[in-house]
Amino acid sequence: MAEGRPAHRALGTRLLRGHLWLVYAFLYIPIGVLILLSFNRAGLPTAWGGFSIHWYAELAQNTAVQRAALNTLIVAVSSTLIASLLGTLLALAMEQRQRKAGVLDAVLFAPMIIPDIILAIALLSFFTLLQVTLGLHTIVLAHVVFNIAFVCAVVRTRLKHFDHAIVEASIDLGAGEFTTFRRVTLPAIFPGVLAAALLAFTLSVDEFIIAFFTAGPGQGSTTLPMQIFAMIRFGVTPEINALATIVMLISFTVLFAAQRMNRGVIGAQG
Amino acid sequence: MNMAAHIADAAASAPQPAPLLAIEGVTKLFPGVTALDRVDLGIRPREFFALLGPSGCGKTTLLRIIAGFEAPSSGIVRLDGRDITRVSPNRRPLNMMFQSYALFPHMTVRQNIAYGLEMDRVPAPERRRRVDAILDTTHLADLANRRPDRLSGGQRQRVALARALVKRPKVLLLDEPLAALDKKLRERMQLELKRLQHETGITFLIVTHDQEEALVLADRIAVLDHGRVRQCGPPLALYETPSNRFVADFIGLMNVFDGTLTDGGIAVTGLGRLAGAWPADRRGGDAACLAVRPERMIAEPSTIPDCPNQWPGRVTEIAYHGQDLTVHVRLPGLDRAVLVRASATVNDRVRYHPGMAVQCGWRTVHGRILAE
Repeated sequence: MAEGRPAHRALGTRLLRGHLWLVYAFLYIPIGVLILLSFNRAGLPTAWGGFSIHWYAELAQNTAVQRAALNTLIVAVSSTLIASLLGTLLALAMEQRQRKAGVLDAVLFAPMIIPDIILAIALLSFFTLLQVTLGLHTIVLAHVVFNIAFVCAVVRTRLKHFDHAIVEASIDLGAGEFTTFRRVTLPAIFPGVLAAALLAFTLSVDEFIIAFFTAGPGQGSTTLPMQIFAMIRFGVTPEINALATIVMLISFTVLFAAQRMNRGVIGAQG
Repeated sequence: MNMAAHIADAAASAPQPAPLLAIEGVTKLFPGVTALDRVDLGIRPREFFALLGPSGCGKTTLLRIIAGFEAPSSGIVRLDGRDITRVSPNRRPLNMMFQSYALFPHMTVRQNIAYGLEMDRVPAPERRRRVDAILDTTHLADLANRRPDRLSGGQRQRVALARALVKRPKVLLLDEPLAALDKKLRERMQLELKRLQHETGITFLIVTHDQEEALVLADRIAVLDHGRVRQCGPPLALYETPSNRFVADFIGLMNVFDGTLTDGGIAVTGLGRLAGAWPADRRGGDAACLAVRPERMIAEPSTIPDCPNQWPGRVTEIAYHGQDLTVHVRLPGLDRAVLVRASATVNDRVRYHPGMAVQCGWRTVHGRILAE
């Protein structure tokens, strides 16, 4: 009996590990294929014509793509900065309203859960109602809407580990409220804020539907995902694969950095 | 009269220095709870004073009122005679050592300690000198550039202490400063706290639920229960001459026998009438109790000479503590065993054994009749 159990567990462990690899393969093989095809010399997605960075060079010549990339950068950076500021302050405010946090949480997380398409339509109707001219600024505002929720959620998990006594300690040692925020509260939660900002940045870079609805007519405010969508209508070329690879690489790097940041936070607590 | 009462009387008749910190009629009401009920206390200069009580007795609330983090519902806090009740916490010349230590995680030990001096705009050279001095006093010089997460519990505790002490507060407030440490380290830090208090000459006000810690550390102790001060005095006086049942029971081990006051003593159920002086302001028939310390109890195999309060009993259990042992003795008519402390010499250990018949009792002077 005592000898049978470890063997049983070993089988379960092996099955679970197999499952792990299968799931990861399922998730990443399509992405791997996409990346691989971006280096395809041939212009068709179905046949391998040898290794080449031709499509990346092509991309470098494409002014429409460059413009879209710049737009995406503008949208991502501005919406990240605004959402990080507002989201962090919101998290701090919610921390003071502990008793109502349940309701506030539920309401706050709505933009995270509502399907993007619905949020997109809602925002478009809202902007139209106010007769706001659509453009990059409306995309920024729209991205701020869902990014606030994500920033707030990330910062709030950071605040859960936050020892509020350090705020009192700072005041006890003679600091005013503003000095305490600048010298103690903000530095203590900063890794969380940074992680939240990086997450917001990747979400904004990748976002398509909401940007598509709130961009308005014309080419002026096309973002990268929108550009990819436009290009794809003329057929999937390795150029799109190359573009997608670059976008993905940026997202991955930033997301990985965000995760490292958050792990650092937890590690410092332990 | 025993020694403790004698000392307490001598202390009471000595001229009292004016209190450095005065708590005058402080009441704190929380919704549905009276956390503090008209508390009056005077803490003298250079004193090591302890607020002792079970959790929820209001001791931490009182400390937070003194620090300025809570405002009293009524009453006054005075420092050096000046009313500071409405002064904000960052303008009070008091510093607090927090139970969680509350070190700033993103600053080094040196930065943590220097923070309070920076807030006071102490010039950099003097700041440096004072931080170096306190690092030396608290044996932290080698750790000056470490972050709190790289320190042990005892080291963090010392940083928290140094950070508060470096500002040379008029009173240092300590909120359960040793609660997070293990027993051995706690005992060492108790000595360390006493040493620091002597060296700095700063008045210490400590909050603790640990009666042993209060007895070891404090010059005077105020015992709190349900927001009221039940007794205030030097450790010896609290231990030897508790003024009510709560204090008697809370500090140290105590045999408490419930009963009612009768002529010249107290009638205890199961034991009969026992002689003793009544507590003040009580009348015959009032509920009261008789309290006897285990170390004053006697358990002998044969009749105890010169001891009117003795009964035949039976040993039920023996707890060995190393330096001494506690013998549980069952007396007929009582539903709880009485505790007898005996020295743990080989002789005594051999003498007591479970099931053994003993004569158990105490000399009349060692029993105190106390009101609720």
